[in-house]
Amino acid sequence: MDTFDSYVLMALVALPFGWGVLLAFLPSKRLQHIKLTSLAVAVVVTALTAYVFLAYNTAEAGYQLIREIQWLDSLGVTFSLGVDGISVPMILLTGIVMFTGVLMSWKIEYRVKEFFVLFFLLVAGVFGVFVSLDLFFFFFFYELAVMPMYLLIGVWGSSSDFGSFLRPKEYGAMKLMLYLVAGSILVWVALIAVFVEGGIGTFSLLELENVTFSENFQRIFFPLFMIGFGILAGLWPFHSWSPDGHVAAPTSVSMLHAGVLMKLGAYGIIRIGIDLLPQGAEDWMPVLIILGTINVVYGAVSAMGQRDLKYVIGYSSVSHMGYVFMGFATLNSLGVSGAVLQMFSHGIMTALLFALVGVIYERTHVRDIGVLEGLTKRMGLTAAFFAVAGLTSLGLPGFSGFVAELMVFIGVFKDYPALGMLGIIGAAITAVYILRLLAKVFFGPLDPRWEHLPDATRLQGLSMGILVVFLLVVGLYPKPWMDLIDSGVAPILARVVSLQ
Amino acid sequence: MNYMLFSPEFTLAAVAFGVLGVDLILPQDKKGYLPWVSVVGLIGVLVFSLWYMHGRDANLYDGLFLVDNFSLFFKAFFLVLGVLVVLVSVDYVKKHLSHPGEYYGILLFSILAMMLMASSGELLTAYISLELLSFSLYVLVSYGRHGLKPSEAGIKYILLGAFASALLLYGISQVYGMLGTTRFDEIHAVLLLDGTPLNPSVLVGLVLIIAGLGFKVAAVPFHMWAPDVYEGAPTPVTAYLAVGSKAAAFALILRLFSQAFMPVFDDWQIILMIIAALTMTVGNLVALAQQNIKRMLAYSSVGQVGYLLMGVAALSPLASNGVIFHLVGYGITNLAVFMCVIIFYNSTDKEEISDFAGLADRSPLVAMAMTVSLFSLAGLPFFAGFTTKFYLFTAAADGGLLWLVGLAITNSLISLYYYMMVMKQMYMEPAIDNTPLKISLVSGGALCVLISGVIVVGVYPGPLVGAIESATRALLP
Repeated sequence: MDTFDSYVLMALVALPFGWGVLLAFLPSKRLQHIKLTSLAVAVVVTALTAYVFLAYNTAEAGYQLIREIQWLDSLGVTFSLGVDGISVPMILLTGIVMFTGVLMSWKIEYRVKEFFVLFFLLVAGVFGVFVSLDLFFFFFFYELAVMPMYLLIGVWGSSSDFGSFLRPKEYGAMKLMLYLVAGSILVWVALIAVFVEGGIGTFSLLELENVTFSENFQRIFFPLFMIGFGILAGLWPFHSWSPDGHVAAPTSVSMLHAGVLMKLGAYGIIRIGIDLLPQGAEDWMPVLIILGTINVVYGAVSAMGQRDLKYVIGYSSVSHMGYVFMGFATLNSLGVSGAVLQMFSHGIMTALLFALVGVIYERTHVRDIGVLEGLTKRMGLTAAFFAVAGLTSLGLPGFSGFVAELMVFIGVFKDYPALGMLGIIGAAITAVYILRLLAKVFFGPLDPRWEHLPDATRLQGLSMGILVVFLLVVGLYPKPWMDLIDSGVAPILARVVSLQ
Repeated sequence: MNYMLFSPEFTLAAVAFGVLGVDLILPQDKKGYLPWVSVVGLIGVLVFSLWYMHGRDANLYDGLFLVDNFSLFFKAFFLVLGVLVVLVSVDYVKKHLSHPGEYYGILLFSILAMMLMASSGELLTAYISLELLSFSLYVLVSYGRHGLKPSEAGIKYILLGAFASALLLYGISQVYGMLGTTRFDEIHAVLLLDGTPLNPSVLVGLVLIIAGLGFKVAAVPFHMWAPDVYEGAPTPVTAYLAVGSKAAAFALILRLFSQAFMPVFDDWQIILMIIAALTMTVGNLVALAQQNIKRMLAYSSVGQVGYLLMGVAALSPLASNGVIFHLVGYGITNLAVFMCVIIFYNSTDKEEISDFAGLADRSPLVAMAMTVSLFSLAGLPFFAGFTTKFYLFTAAADGGLLWLVGLAITNSLISLYYYMMVMKQMYMEPAIDNTPLKISLVSGGALCVLISGVIVVGVYPGPLVGAIESATRALLP
């Protein structure tokens, strides 16, 4: 299987990409054919992610499935791919969310072809980032993942209109795009600076890992990575694109964006920021942990005040990404591993939540919490799934969120007990708004308006069921996941420790 | 002296005269053959040049005319550009312009001028070829038949162009007066001997030369003519102005600064840095406010010139690669955008940005091509713009201009905004008139070629960069 191994990562990028490009030139009339073939591609790609997950040898650790192709010698760019214990779970996450996202897009009727073209380009970009071991291609795919968002939201999205509060979808799309591109400006500058300062004329991550950057350089350029990537990960105070953008986006795009794309930012911080500039990371971590804690508390408080169901989920994403920043900022193995697990867990959970909101909105055409009442009686399955996602979100033991958050908290308490307390308060606020939401929207008396609502379709049920299974599997038996993640985190932390 | 080395230029001149001559014989309804005569001529010269001139390093007329890989690369680039511009023009000329014979003939003369510019090894030869280019363009810019705008564009371009030529000539005379030579290699030698500190009179000459060339590439503050001329000129000529004349001017700038003025690098670097910073910022900021697509593209191309000048300000082999690479990437992309605008204009006679509303419904493929090329101009990946910008910016940072690179990257963000405004019209606004655009085989074919070029340069730049590197080695060994 050696030959297969050396092509699998490339296939992971090339397949969705090739399908996206090919689809652009196919006729757009046969909607069912487009959807079915897209689903088939999604199944194959998801199978490949599962293969990568199984093929990765945790005992050996390090980068595996490596493949390098010369691309541009004079600039030191090679097309080099490989995965480690951090990227493997992210790849699996992308596979799951993509697959369920395609299922959730089944009802789209408007410009179906263009939708799937952009959707698959987005997915290709995400996979590309997770498998690239070259800074040029990392950034190449990073930008590729951002690019389709404007059209996906602007064309297929939905506007929020609460009379006094009007957010057209174009607003959300433009805001998201400008914020994310502003973030990539910082990243781009920092990447070029790393190339120049590295002085060995290469963008290869593996070779740059051997360079020790001067302390001054690290101190100046780490924040560029931290904030640049942080913007995509929803770091306070640069998070405000995230609720607006995610609310305006169509369901499957919200799932993919909140579930996976925000993780690209966090992944960038650890893969490039902490890995290449450990000294800078060490110096800036007190700032990151404060910002991360604000993320948690501010996001939770904001979520409490929302009337739009989707905005609640949007702000809860901001809040939960805070745990990722807090975990990174501890720079100890518990905290960082917990953060990576949180990336996975939150990806699945938030995809599930956005899928649920999509299902509800599709039936009621309303997202106002004030109007939605007692849906359980009509939408039992949806309500059950919402309860699971909600409980994961507030960190109930047995679900993946608990394991991840617990590890982050223990990690944080080692060095920053006060901030750890604040983080736990954030989790408590989460419990308040999630339980209130469940009580109001699902378990109140049934409003006669919603007498005749149908429950989620079988396809939607299947798609959400898959997500629930992963929340439970990780929550009940986290050990293999933790071994995997630890094997990726350990070498990076070793570089930080070796400084002391 | 081996006159064969001059044969591409002679042949092209013969083709140009040939087109003018054939035009006299052809009856009115057969004028459609003229562009194809030009295309065949251009491709013939291209094939011959690549076959015969490859790897040669020689000079003619005692160093006035240089034959090396640098000039070969640019000649090939200009000839390919010529073919593309002819293809882009076919429908437009048929529909909107009279006298196709002169149009294509003059176009060929201007390509000849650009080839001479890339080969000139001396200031006056460069000046004369630049004038040949400018005079051809003066005619082409005012070629439109309808309304006052073409005439306004022509007058503005001629007056300001003449002024810039005067500045350039004055600068050349100043340099000649102080250094006693106009040959690049001799200037280099004299400056190397006693260049530092630079004699103020030479500096004045240098500044005047920069101003004159700055006008030709529309660098701020010498860019005022660009929007009006771009708007008034026939659209294929606008495309040609935006790509061809700039590429030729940059070929000259690269050769001039690397082969002649390299010893006083520190003196002109600061000037170019300031001009580059101003050019990219002003171009992109003013583009935000434009309503007319051609004016917007004019300002956006001013912004692109800023990036290129930044590369020149960091002049090194890597930076020279970057400048040439970005010139090629930007050139193909810009032609693709203009091809879309021309297809649109041919069907609708409109060129305001708001007229593009609903284009995605009217002609999905044109809208997609336009989106691809605008994303490429903004520097988003998978397309030429990303790879070439990344290369250029890295090279400039490698030359110590990281702060300027930061500014350039920020400007890329600004440019993305106004490109997205066009996309918003195309994809999100409803169309007023839903008739699909009429796309002829030639225009559609040219658009396909250009879009494939945009993508190939973006993902498989290896061979192109290889050729560019050998061009650069001729300048900066």
